[in-house]
Amino acid sequence: MDPKTYKFDTLSLHAGYQPDKNGGSRQVPIYQTTSYLFDDVDHAAALFNLERGGHIYSRISNPTVGVLEERVAALEGGTAAIATSSGMAAIFLAIMTLCESGDHIVASSQVYGGTANLLRLTLPKFGINTTFVKPRDTEGFQKAIKENTKCIFGELLGNPGNELMNMPEVADIAHNAGIPLMIDSTYQTPYLCKPFDFGADIVVHSLTKWMAGHGSSMAGIIVEGGKFNWMQNDKFPSLTKEYEGYHGLSFAEEFGPVAFTMKARAEGMRDFGPCLSPQNAWNVMQGIETLSVRMEKHCANAEKMVEYLMAHESVAWVSHPSAPDHPDYELAKKILPKGRGSMIAFGIKGGKEAGTAFINNVKLASHLANVGDTRTLVIHPASATHSQMDEATLKFAGLSQDMIRLSVGIEDIDDIKNDFEDGFRAAKKPKLVANK
Amino acid sequence: MKFNVSNEEVFASTGGRPFDKNKPLIIFIHGSGLTHMCWVLQTRYFAFHGYSVLALDLPGHGLSAGKSLTSVEEMADWINGVIDAVGFNQASLVGHSQGCLVAIECASRYPNKIKTLSLMGGAGAIPMNPELLALAENSDPKAVDLMMDFAHGPSGHFGGHPVPGLYHLNTGSMLVQSKEIKDTLGVDFRACENYTNGFEAAKKLDLPTLSILADKDRMCRLKDGQKLADHIKGSEVHVIKNCGHMMLLEEADQTLAILKKFILDKYPII
Ligand SMILES: Cc1ncc(COP(=O)(O)O)c(C=O)c1O
Repeated sequence: MDPKTYKFDTLSLHAGYQPDKNGGSRQVPIYQTTSYLFDDVDHAAALFNLERGGHIYSRISNPTVGVLEERVAALEGGTAAIATSSGMAAIFLAIMTLCESGDHIVASSQVYGGTANLLRLTLPKFGINTTFVKPRDTEGFQKAIKENTKCIFGELLGNPGNELMNMPEVADIAHNAGIPLMIDSTYQTPYLCKPFDFGADIVVHSLTKWMAGHGSSMAGIIVEGGKFNWMQNDKFPSLTKEYEGYHGLSFAEEFGPVAFTMKARAEGMRDFGPCLSPQNAWNVMQGIETLSVRMEKHCANAEKMVEYLMAHESVAWVSHPSAPDHPDYELAKKILPKGRGSMIAFGIKGGKEAGTAFINNVKLASHLANVGDTRTLVIHPASATHSQMDEATLKFAGLSQDMIRLSVGIEDIDDIKNDFEDGFRAAKKPKLVANK
Repeated sequence: MKFNVSNEEVFASTGGRPFDKNKPLIIFIHGSGLTHMCWVLQTRYFAFHGYSVLALDLPGHGLSAGKSLTSVEEMADWINGVIDAVGFNQASLVGHSQGCLVAIECASRYPNKIKTLSLMGGAGAIPMNPELLALAENSDPKAVDLMMDFAHGPSGHFGGHPVPGLYHLNTGSMLVQSKEIKDTLGVDFRACENYTNGFEAAKKLDLPTLSILADKDRMCRLKDGQKLADHIKGSEVHVIKNCGHMMLLEEADQTLAILKKFILDKYPII
């Protein structure tokens, strides 16, 4: 006897939506509206008092966005989700739902540049401070935890250096300290890894990337695992104690495994308002419909590019967890059995100058500040995404001047390689072509 | 709110309003392995509209202390203890699934105390699939996966939760797994399997009774729910279409509307 609940590929297409409840519309309708009629005064009061489910105002929730939220919750194995206007909005909302002024976060040092700036410079303005730990320094996470630490935050595959955090061990460290582990799983998508299976408690995504996949729409999401017991200690009073903003509601008592999402919506969406537009939610869902097939091709192309780059005379080093010499090769096999993602970092011989020439001379690969497009993307982080960092901070974040970050697309692999050949050729004689 | 029954601490949600001894009491009794949280889309309405609400966590479940009770009869007596403990001499009962067995047994034992019965996804007997029972008693998470499959209809399986952003199957699964599976679900399933007095208890009942059944219920089938209702004098029956066993969440609005009408009519605020 086996459960006949729908599996991943089916959920990517169907979860969160029933056509017969929407006039038979096979596609998810785009509810392009700000607000929703109340049946009567009693109904209005019921919605505001959380007596009944439903929509009031699209800053708080929207039926199209709601389908996306359920779909991603289903794919991640989470209890609930709340979508946001961007990945950064999701990270900010998640942290603000968890932390008070005076609290502390322990974070991996290898995180997206925007996240690093949020943690390092912006959140201290709200009285929330962060200690950074290198992702492979599992013990370091333990040592950095203080009395007022409210979560451990990390990206599984560190951005952009591809260092893998030992999620199961770091999860144990967090749980022993009575705090949740929050993982930014943008690079993996639930197709490659479901962090809840390895002990994470909250997952955030920039849906802008592989989930939406087509480089068209900004979006983010917070997903709740539902296992973390907020009431085990008194570290999270805004979740466990009576909340003044909602008739003295205790989110943890009333909503248990969905308490975090309920609070993020009732408080964060209400007061900060980083809501996702229904059109962008729909665009993201178009991407999610083909998540499995795209990720398979992304990963297959990435592995071929790793082989190609490793054999190339112009390449000094290649970092991707599918490469046998990658320090996290074994751990990656365990945590990412279906593929190691399509982000490759490599060093070009000739340093910064060669890197610049390479970037300026590839044509198919797009030079831009994004990852996870269907198209192949390249960037030189030291001069773009991480350009605000000084030399020492760069090094701590796992970056170097010769590093090129490659987000492998799903074009024909031969075309990508041919394009790179043009780039490498130009990089060998940078003086001649660098400033064309 | 917390109080003691037989020297063990009990947790019950009061539906978001302070518990008030001057308002009529409605007690919500959850099904196997679940907690008070499955009732959130019914309790808050009544709490905000003139009733005192207790959505209980059975002993050993959710936020209640102690060990799980091992028989439906014990649970029925325990509900009587709850009414005494909160200083009431009467209450209306709302049960779901196993909670229906408890409610009918309790009402047959304490006819003067129980004023109305509302039964959701109930049956006169809930014999367990032996494989599912064994899995639950061995704390195998597969028991929860199977239960989530059987307990949900189209809304659960596809989604479309009344509360934006919530996903039925995983929320249910986490609720059941908030405690050791064998200590809650395993004990509850065994109590259902062992309970044989349902139809006898039902025949004794003489109080306003409502049955809310669902046509796609695979845990307590529609015909079994109907059979129980047929044993209860004057029982009112409503069938929700295209819905599974978790009607209280899957079709929360319809369930609430039916319950509201029945309670306001048969158990009015005086
Ligand atoms: C890993 C990671 N997290 C978060 C973000 C921020 O997401 P967004 O650009 O959607 O705000 C990005 C990229 O920008 C990212 O790569």
